[in-house]
Amino acid sequence: MGVEGIGASVARKEDKRFLTGKGRYTDDMSVPGMKYAFFVRSPHAHARIKSIDLSAASDMPGVIGILEGKQLQADAIGNIICGWMIHSKDGSPMKMGAWRPLAHETVRYVGDAVAIVVADSLGEARDAAEAVVVDYEVLPAVTEALQALEAGQPQLHPEAPNNLIFDWQIGDGAATDKAIGEAAHVTEITLRNNRLAPNPMEPRATLGIYDSAEDHYTCYTTSQNPHVARLVMSAFYNVAPENKLRVIAPDVGGGFGSKIYIYPEEIVCLWASKKTGVPVKWTCDRTEAFLTDAHGRDHVSTVKMAFDRDHRIIGLKVDTIANLGAYMSLFSSAVPTYLYATLLSGQYAIPAIHANVRTVYTNTVPVDAYRGAGRPEATYLLERTMETAARELGVSPAELRRKNFVRTFPYQTPVIMNYDAGDYEASLEAAMASADWNGFAARKAEAAGRGMKRGIGMSCYIEACGIAPSAAVGSLGAGVGLWESAEVRVNAVGTIEVMTGSHSHGQGHETTFAQLIADRFGIPIDNVNIVHGDTDKVQMGMGTYGSRSGAVGMSAVVKALDKVEAKAKKIAAHLMEADESDIVIENGELKVAGTDKTLPWFQVALAAYTAHNLPPGMEPGLKEGAFYDPSNFTFPAGCYICEVEVDPETGKTEIVQFVAADDFGNIINPMIVEGQVHGGIAQGVGQALLENVHYDPQNGQLITASYMDYAMPRADDLPSFKLSHQNTPCPSNPLGIKGCGEAGAIGSPPALMNAITDAIGNNDLTMPATPQKVWSALNAAN
Amino acid sequence: MAKVKMTVNGRQVGSDCEDRTLLVHFLRENLALTGTHVGCDTTQCGACVVHMDGRSVKSCTILAAQAAGSSITTIEGMAKDGELHPVQAAFKANHGLQCGFCTPGMVMTADDMIRRHGANLDEATVRAELDGNICRCTGYHNIVKSILAAAQEMRAVPQAAE
Repeated sequence: MGVEGIGASVARKEDKRFLTGKGRYTDDMSVPGMKYAFFVRSPHAHARIKSIDLSAASDMPGVIGILEGKQLQADAIGNIICGWMIHSKDGSPMKMGAWRPLAHETVRYVGDAVAIVVADSLGEARDAAEAVVVDYEVLPAVTEALQALEAGQPQLHPEAPNNLIFDWQIGDGAATDKAIGEAAHVTEITLRNNRLAPNPMEPRATLGIYDSAEDHYTCYTTSQNPHVARLVMSAFYNVAPENKLRVIAPDVGGGFGSKIYIYPEEIVCLWASKKTGVPVKWTCDRTEAFLTDAHGRDHVSTVKMAFDRDHRIIGLKVDTIANLGAYMSLFSSAVPTYLYATLLSGQYAIPAIHANVRTVYTNTVPVDAYRGAGRPEATYLLERTMETAARELGVSPAELRRKNFVRTFPYQTPVIMNYDAGDYEASLEAAMASADWNGFAARKAEAAGRGMKRGIGMSCYIEACGIAPSAAVGSLGAGVGLWESAEVRVNAVGTIEVMTGSHSHGQGHETTFAQLIADRFGIPIDNVNIVHGDTDKVQMGMGTYGSRSGAVGMSAVVKALDKVEAKAKKIAAHLMEADESDIVIENGELKVAGTDKTLPWFQVALAAYTAHNLPPGMEPGLKEGAFYDPSNFTFPAGCYICEVEVDPETGKTEIVQFVAADDFGNIINPMIVEGQVHGGIAQGVGQALLENVHYDPQNGQLITASYMDYAMPRADDLPSFKLSHQNTPCPSNPLGIKGCGEAGAIGSPPALMNAITDAIGNNDLTMPATPQKVWSALNAAN
Repeated sequence: MAKVKMTVNGRQVGSDCEDRTLLVHFLRENLALTGTHVGCDTTQCGACVVHMDGRSVKSCTILAAQAAGSSITTIEGMAKDGELHPVQAAFKANHGLQCGFCTPGMVMTADDMIRRHGANLDEATVRAELDGNICRCTGYHNIVKSILAAAQEMRAVPQAAE
């Protein structure tokens, strides 16, 4: 592998700038004449706008301009779209209500944008925003999905009667009902997957710059996928044609899904820059982020899992209601359908599965993909149900899982997915050994001696990453293809630039992508630059989400490298008068195998550009591009085991051990992969123990709108983690990569909840398992 | 408006700012020292931690005017002569950062923590003292590892007082 090649834990190239304060995030950007924006937002969850009076605010000091939704509409700026069409089981298309970037008739959640104020300073913009007078007729609001479906509830959009967006199904309902009817045992459970705020530490920001001389727009923005932002802003929002719009996502401080979507603010700041004639910068504050960043999860599901006499699962029936908030965000429709219900087979061979999913409008901020996006919901549902079944059947949870594992590959599930490779037993064994599962009884007894309740829980997860192929997702309703592009530019002196459509916002692409080149050509990673995040530099790309950058983005780089290597070998063979098939590349040199003839890499690159002596008919230069469209999803899987102690006096849970055993396929940089797992587990622990978005059901006010009210995981909430890998290479991409970005957040919540319910002897517990809830459940059981 | 003067990273600086200007905005907007970040509005996340007269403070919770006459060190002042400070080096070696946004505050907090506890720093203390710094990427695992490694390194090589 070499010290910098595939499989090496290379320290990150990008770290120095972050560690020395030289990172360049969107809010760090400053251009001459730049002014500051502040948005006027609805204080009501549901209201009709009777009038907007800008007169007092317009006279405030420093104000450059104040713009509202009517002007936006007059300029034909389009509505915000959802990019994945879902059809209900009756064949009707999903019911999409209009989402205006600036509302001018109705506001539908607290934080819905109404106007933008542009002023000399942020303080002046904020002061003027407070002087904007919006006369609202307040309407009744509904925040819970179950309630929103009931008769007589507030109606959000005329297009969607009873707030129902779609009523969708997958699988074979009749076969599943038959299996449940014939079962020896049926485990039934209702599960709530709590609503979360993604909370990347960098709040969203955007800087819109209109150049009137060139009639050209530049948008700096906190995006995970700047090319998609440009495409959507051009094709659907009518901001500017693609050739007149440059989108730059510079250093981005975390995303976790929340920075995939194109929000109102990017669109409005670009438009406002043209209207006011000045560059306009907007930076979200944290409360604004809680109010306006797309949230995650928020499902309520009922489950029936049917077993035969041998404890084999013969059927699974799921009914899910998903809260999508006030409007349909970019991928919101795909998350509770094709990213969720297609994973309901888990690691198990289940002959009959049926899932019904209803999605619902409520007076809350839109809900979309958050780390794992549908797969954590599926895993939580399955793994809480498996644990419950094991308790009901009186068998060990490990044995019940073992009995039902998929063991031969490829395996076609009843819900679309075709698992290509895996070894679920290996992860289970490794996790149980690492956790000393067999020693638990003694530890439990020891804890009991101290008056503590000790519990252990496991979860066996599977996920699907690298969503593809494009033709398949297109047939399922996706509005875009999910391939990736790369271009490898070898400079005349042999240094290399790689343009990738993937975007790094913490994942370390500048290092891992460079490791591919070091591995292939033996060139130091310092001689390789990874270029991403700028639509003027990278032709096209789909961005980073769904753990796709390794499996899809790196595969595109490999395809381009194949072409570069082939041309370099042709040149070297010509120069050394050898046969092309005898050329090998090692340690930065091209050699004729079996001889002492050799050419340094840079000399071949130089020959390509001087073009004095190239093979007949060959074009000068050494630069190749590739588009890679995967043939299948990838399927990371693993087993997580969590051990807890609950203090019966206070209900407080302490995690005493957390073990993760993962199969990610081949790994480029183990240090970075482990970091991804650590962070994912922390977010999963946050969901299970601490985090919950809470809206007041009476008036739709967001109660948890700051770090004083929303419990983020902190260092003393978490233990150090014990990780291991049991990798089976992925057969569908050239590097054998499966992806690692979301696993931690997917596998950890059920392991933790299974451990706590084991400790307290009561299965009736919802996330987050706060001390108050745990104490109540413990005492209800006693 | 007031003219505020202070020493930042060893240099005398002075700039006009509104009375309500927070130290973090003075550093970012008036001095273009954008390494110090703002991650929340409620003194919780610690992305804005700087050293004021040698002690860590959250620069989002102090007015620039209150810092007049003081000596401020920001993340930009930690590396000397192109060499990373031992805390910075430990974060790099131990993968103690991912997106980098919380990192400046983490480094400033860690340096203060190590100087106060010296050789007595252990994992439980590090975790307890990181209560005022939120990271969403790393799960803290490698941040804790980085701080303990830096403490070892700094114990071996005594640091001059700031």
